[in-house]
Amino acid sequence: MFRYLARRLAFSVLLVAVVSSAAMLLTFAAPGDITSEQVGTGATARSIEAERARLGLDRPILAQYGAWLSRAARLDFGTSLMYGRPVAGLVAERAANTLLLAVAALALALLAGVPLGVVSGSRHGIVPGAIRSASIAAVSMPTLVSSLVLVLVAARTGWLPTGGMTSADAAAARGWLESAADIARHMILPTLAIALPLGATIERLQSQATAETMEERFVAAAAARGVPPGRVLWRHVLKPSLRSVAAVFGLVFGNLLSGSFVVEIVTSWPGLGRLMFDALRSRDMYLVAGCAAAAGVFLAIGALASDAALLAVDPRLRGRDEVRG
Amino acid sequence: MRRAGVALVACIALLAVLAPALSPNPPDVRFPDRAYAPPMPVRVVDAGGRWRAPFVYPLRLADRLERRYEEDRANPVPLVWFSRGVVAQVHERQPGPWLPMGADGSGRDVFARLVYGARLSLAVALLATLGALFIGTLVGGAAGAAGGVADDALMRLSDFVIVLPAMYVVLALRAALPLVLAPAEVFALVAGILALVGWPIVARGVRAIVASERERDYAQAALALGAGRARLLWRHLLPAARGFLAAQAALLVAAFILAEATLSYVGLGFPEPSVSWGVMLQEAANVSAMADAPWTLAPAAGIFLLVLGVNLAAPPSTPR
Repeated sequence: MFRYLARRLAFSVLLVAVVSSAAMLLTFAAPGDITSEQVGTGATARSIEAERARLGLDRPILAQYGAWLSRAARLDFGTSLMYGRPVAGLVAERAANTLLLAVAALALALLAGVPLGVVSGSRHGIVPGAIRSASIAAVSMPTLVSSLVLVLVAARTGWLPTGGMTSADAAAARGWLESAADIARHMILPTLAIALPLGATIERLQSQATAETMEERFVAAAAARGVPPGRVLWRHVLKPSLRSVAAVFGLVFGNLLSGSFVVEIVTSWPGLGRLMFDALRSRDMYLVAGCAAAAGVFLAIGALASDAALLAVDPRLRGRDEVRG
Repeated sequence: MRRAGVALVACIALLAVLAPALSPNPPDVRFPDRAYAPPMPVRVVDAGGRWRAPFVYPLRLADRLERRYEEDRANPVPLVWFSRGVVAQVHERQPGPWLPMGADGSGRDVFARLVYGARLSLAVALLATLGALFIGTLVGGAAGAAGGVADDALMRLSDFVIVLPAMYVVLALRAALPLVLAPAEVFALVAGILALVGWPIVARGVRAIVASERERDYAQAALALGAGRARLLWRHLLPAARGFLAAQAALLVAAFILAEATLSYVGLGFPEPSVSWGVMLQEAANVSAMADAPWTLAPAAGIFLLVLGVNLAAPPSTPR
């Protein structure tokens, strides 16, 4: 167990370092820098040059990268060139918003997808058939499509706010309970947009795994012993069939981040994806690196969670150093 | 189900190929009086309940400020078939254009833009798919044939790329390149970037197939007959991966169409005069206008149908 955790930790540190460094160097290599936007706004060539010198952008790439790396090792990620605020605080604030969305969507997708998959995989008839068709339709609705359609529905009916995280009318004036309810109302649409295709994918996987597990001999043996059908399904079949959902958990987290990026753009949710997008466009390299590092942390947690999920559903893997071969 | 999926995808591809013959108006012409004009469906029964040859009711701008349009029920316009190289259209002398799926905010024909946009979207996705299959086959084949350290290193690399959130990588790569480019350059760049992100799943599958086929008797026989490694790989092992590659190609095309749409939607894909599904979806960023003119979401429906067709034809095994 200790060796496993040590390996995971080393991998996570490597992941975060590689991802943020790559993002940083990519932004360095990109044409233009943060001062490019001032061109044509009345700034002279000399004032732009002075601005670049003040920000340290005139130094060689390797010197800038080295300086950033040595500070980042001490958990100082620099100051955003665009917002003039420390990157760490800015990223943490936005990453929390994305995390809120991602966790809610994942929970919803699992809570809906797994039971529906068990039902549609174990039976034939109208209800399982309807679940299957709905699920195939939802799988074919990637986040871009699902979020646009939900925004359309929300805008036409007026049931839900179509964008943002809080209402415009001074959220600060109200109590925390009301502002939490306000955020929750704004959360419904983006969460649904992510959870719909994800939950449908989980339903499909679970349905297939359930159908396959039903063929196993221990299931027939349990039924022959007189275990009631409901108990056979929800106890004997469910647990081994969870393995296929647990196996793709590692991919689900990357998928969640990508999906949440799209939703954040469509519904203007102030999350990590939007922040990274803005930072990339304005060549704010410290902020880009910070966002990439946060995404790396998110992925590392995802890898840990997917290992834990596999261990939880498959006891044969316990006591090994590496969960996946 | 599988056949239905293939048919659906084939239909969309056919619409794209036949775009010039199907669209009654050019995709880039702006009709000044037709901003957000509603769709004009083809009818066969007129207001009086009589059957007649397929016709449409012309639109009249009832209120310019509210962008309210009225159907002119008194003057049905018959469709003209197979003239001037277009399957169906209204006569040139008619007061207004025929907009089968309505118009966007600039008064352009949504149907024409949809079928012309499908060409660009499909073309970039197909090119990217070819690229991804090429890189993936090369890497996977090399890893499977070589084995040992090279195999380990290549598979670790593809595992690493698979875990990354694809959209972030695409975004970062695209944003790192010059933001304002000519359409042809954007085409090559977007296809290249998508191929770079899409190859690892192909590589994994090809490697697994090659590694297991290599142990089979026929491969050993070829080796014993003196076939070199390259010949063994190319002539004997890779053909075993054909079915897998075909299924992957379908999944990749759908994923890449979506990625192009997302890139163009956020403004990092094709620039405005080009027509792609993503460029069309930029209209939808204006929520109140989209709510009043839902037909501007037509490309989203196109993406849905295409992904549905692909999912029916080649059931997905991993989430996208």
